[in-house]
Formats: sequence, C-alpha cells, structure tokens
Amino acid sequence: MSNYHAFEPEINALICGFFVLSAFGMVVIRQIGACLTVFIVQSLLLAASAFVLGAEPLSWHLIAVGCVTLLSKPILIPYVLRRLVPREIYTVREISQALDVPTSLLVALGLALIGFALGTRLVGAAPLLAKQNVIVGFASLLIGALVLAVRREAVPQMLGILAMENAAFLAGIAIAPDFPLIAELAIAFDVPLLAFIVSILTRAVYRRVGSTAVGELAALREHPQ
Amino acid sequence: MTIAQSLGLNILQLVFVVLLAPVFSGIVARWRENVQFKRGPSIWQPYRDLRKLLSKEDRYSESATWVARFAPYAVCLSPMLVTLLIPVLTSFPLFGAFAGDMLAAGFILAIGSFFLTVAAVDTGIPYGAMGASRTRMVGFLAEPVLIVILFAVSFVANSTIPYIVQQQWVQPPAHFFSPAHVLVLVAFLMLIIAETGRLPVDNPSGHFELAMVDESKVLDFSGPSYALVKWGSSMKSVVLYVIFVNVLLAPWGLAGTPNALALGEAIAVVFVKILVLLALLIAVEASLAKLRLFRIAEYLGAAFVVAVTAMIAAVLAP
Repeated sequence: MSNYHAFEPEINALICGFFVLSAFGMVVIRQIGACLTVFIVQSLLLAASAFVLGAEPLSWHLIAVGCVTLLSKPILIPYVLRRLVPREIYTVREISQALDVPTSLLVALGLALIGFALGTRLVGAAPLLAKQNVIVGFASLLIGALVLAVRREAVPQMLGILAMENAAFLAGIAIAPDFPLIAELAIAFDVPLLAFIVSILTRAVYRRVGSTAVGELAALREHPQ
Repeated sequence: MTIAQSLGLNILQLVFVVLLAPVFSGIVARWRENVQFKRGPSIWQPYRDLRKLLSKEDRYSESATWVARFAPYAVCLSPMLVTLLIPVLTSFPLFGAFAGDMLAAGFILAIGSFFLTVAAVDTGIPYGAMGASRTRMVGFLAEPVLIVILFAVSFVANSTIPYIVQQQWVQPPAHFFSPAHVLVLVAFLMLIIAETGRLPVDNPSGHFELAMVDESKVLDFSGPSYALVKWGSSMKSVVLYVIFVNVLLAPWGLAGTPNALALGEAIAVVFVKILVLLALLIAVEASLAKLRLFRIAEYLGAAFVVAVTAMIAAVLAP
C-alpha cells in the first residue's frame, strides 16, 4: 500500500479542484435540474474524498462517512426532490435571481479569494494530511452561502444550504478523521428530512400561488384569486 | 544534439501539424454526425475539399483591397509559426523553443484572426462584417481568460515557455495533481471551445447566416484563398489541441530522445491523445445547446472566474 499512500494527497487534491469547480457551477447554472445534477456531482466528490482519506491510514469512521454520504446525498435527496417537487419547476429555464449571473460570479470570486486566504491562515502549519480539504471547503462554504443569498427560488436555495453542508463536511473530514459516527448519522438523516420538508412546502406553495420564486412572496396578497 | 538535428525535428513537428490538421477536422465532422446516428462524411473529405479548392480560380469582390488577398496567408502562417514554439512531439526543447512563450503563441494566433476579421469587413458583404464584430466580441472576452490562465501556469511552473511547463508537470507528479491544475484545465478547455467556434458558443455546422459567428467571415472567400483559410483554421485548432493535451492535460508520452523509434511512438501517442480530446469535445457539443449571443459573455465570464480561482489556488494553496 506504500505506493498508494504516495498518491493519496494527489488524488485528494484533484477531487478538491473539482469540488470548488462544482461550487462555482451552482452559482452560474440557471436551470434547476442542472443545479441538482451539479449538487449530485459535488456529493459524489465529497464521498470520494472521504474514501480516499479513510483508506490510508485506515479509518472506518471516514469510510462510514463516505458510505452514508453516498447513500443520502446523491441518491435519497435527488429522489425526494424529483418525486415531490412539481415537474414544471424543473422545466423553467430562467430562474429569478437577486443578482444577475455575471455579478454573482464576481462576488463568488471575491468570496473564493477570502475563503482561500482565510483557509490558508486557518490551516497554518497544522500537521494535516489534507490541507486542501480545509481551504477548498472554506471557499466552497462561502460560495454556497452566496447561492443561498442570491437565488430567489425555493429549490436552488435549499441546494445552496446543502452545498454549504457539503463544503463544511469536506473541511470536517480532514480536521476530525475520528468524528463520532452518531453525529454523522444524525446529519445523514437530518438532511434528507430537510429536503423532504422543503419539497412538500414547495409543492404546497406551488399549488396555491403557481410559482416558487421566493422573492415574489415577500409582499402580502390581500385578495387571493 | 546538433542545431541541424534540432531544426530538423522542429520542421518534422511542422509537417505533422500541417499534414494532419485536415484529418482532425474530418474526424470531428464525421463523429459529429455519428453521435446523431448518421453516417457522416469521410474523414478524408477535407483533403478532397482542399484539392478541389486549390485547383480553382481566386475571385475577390470589387471592393476588396490587398487585405483580403493577404489575409489567407496570415491565417495559414500564424498557426505554423506557433507550431515551432510548442512541444508537439518531443519533450526536449527544439530550435524555436525559446523564441517565444505561450503568451507569444496567443498573440501570433491573434494576428491570424485579426487579419481574417479585417478581411471579412473588407470584402463588403454585410454578413462578413456582422460575423467579424461577433468574433471580436468573443475574442476580447477570451483574451483576459488566456492571460489569467498564463498567470496561473507561471505561478505553478515559474515559466511560460511551453516546454518548461510540460517538464514541470511531468517531473514530480505532485505538481500535476493540484486544485489549481484542475481549474486551469477546465478554463483552458472552455477557452478552446470558444476560440475554435464550437457549441455552446457557435454552431460550426449551422447554415443560417444571421446566426453564424465564425463561419460568416469566410463566406466571400473562394478558390485557393478559401482553401488556405480552411486549412489555417484547422491548423489553429490542432495547435490549441496540442497545447492543451501536451502541455496541460497529459504531458506524458513525448519523445525523450531524438531517435526514429521514439519519434514514431510519440506521433502515435499524440495522435491518440488528440483523438481522446476530440471525443470529449464532441461529447460536450452533443449535450449542449447553442447559447444566445449575449450569454457568451456569461460563459466566458465563468471561464474567467475559474481561471482567476486557479491563480488564487496556485498562490495560496500550493
């Protein structure tokens, strides 16, 4: 396994590169279905990173984290979202946003810069196996927060929360490889429940109002039709 | 290695690119049809087109000046000059290796597209001018992406000479695998798609003049000058593929010593690597729709942001 050990940080670095790319993807992509695909890819990358870090030195906790992530995020959440959210929402090409895409990209760039700078400071000289994870996770966390703030549609906003959660996990698995499994399991059940509740709410709101653009729901409507 | 040997190998690279450029366009044209379950033209069709066009008469519109007559040569010569600067077949520097870096390569390619743009306006047809302005729009948005990619590359490799960058990524594999590298690769791929006029930026097989970006510039060329423009643009694509494949994506498999066996092997390996890249580009093309013209700014903006993030990652998280 010594041969594998030499390559482990490199594979992990590649995964981190694609991870930050997927964070940008969630900012730039307009269609909800494509956003969901990017989220699935990001969750797969997170699971891959957990497996790579858990393989050498062998850590069953990390492998369990990888398995749980693999089960809940790329499979369960998309299933719930596809089943419960009305199909019309996925066919909308242009979703409403608080900022237009170029502006939000520039803001995302600034956040990435801050994330990378702070992440590097945070890691410092700590003897971590995967510093990349912390730095990239920090930057992706901020970008996920931007998605949450900029999107004015229910499903992409929730995907923003989940992306933040993914990013926090990416940093977490590098900092605490012996994370108690019970916490991980709790989160693994928490997140699909979040998806479930948001989907049902979205469905109800869509039925009543005919739109899930959150921005338009700010004003009170006196006379419902 | 003597200077004569080095120069000879450099010319061999040139011959490789000049002779094989049409076959790569032929393969792209064929695969593009194949993914739609059509048979598609023969991969040798570009050679037949070139032979036919070269045996015809040159015609120019009445308003055309020397620019339209000179442009085909500029389009054809600029990728040939760039070929001398980049590692096509060998991993050791050749005669022209230090004559210019990747920035110079970008500028030389820009000279060719500049002359083609001016010539499109010069011929006097309205579609030409429209295509010219659109290409410039794509071009000036693509330029900063290229520059930032070069910054990121030079932070990683401490150089922008293509041969040295290639060596840097081969020697310790740790350099090859980094977040910065992934981001540079993606940004450069997006740039190649924009520069070679493919979906989602431009539809290369479209026949509707009003929607054309790249193709409408060459509507008024005929005969040998059209042949040179076609040949030149396929060489430009191959040069971009070679930079992407040999310097950035997979800097392995080039000839390390100047003997015939190693060179033959390198020719085969480079050919296969470009085929893999073409398959990737066809997959991108088959799965995306053309962007609206003003969305191209968004697409290249995304490429720019990816490139800047690559630079940040190269500096802050090496």
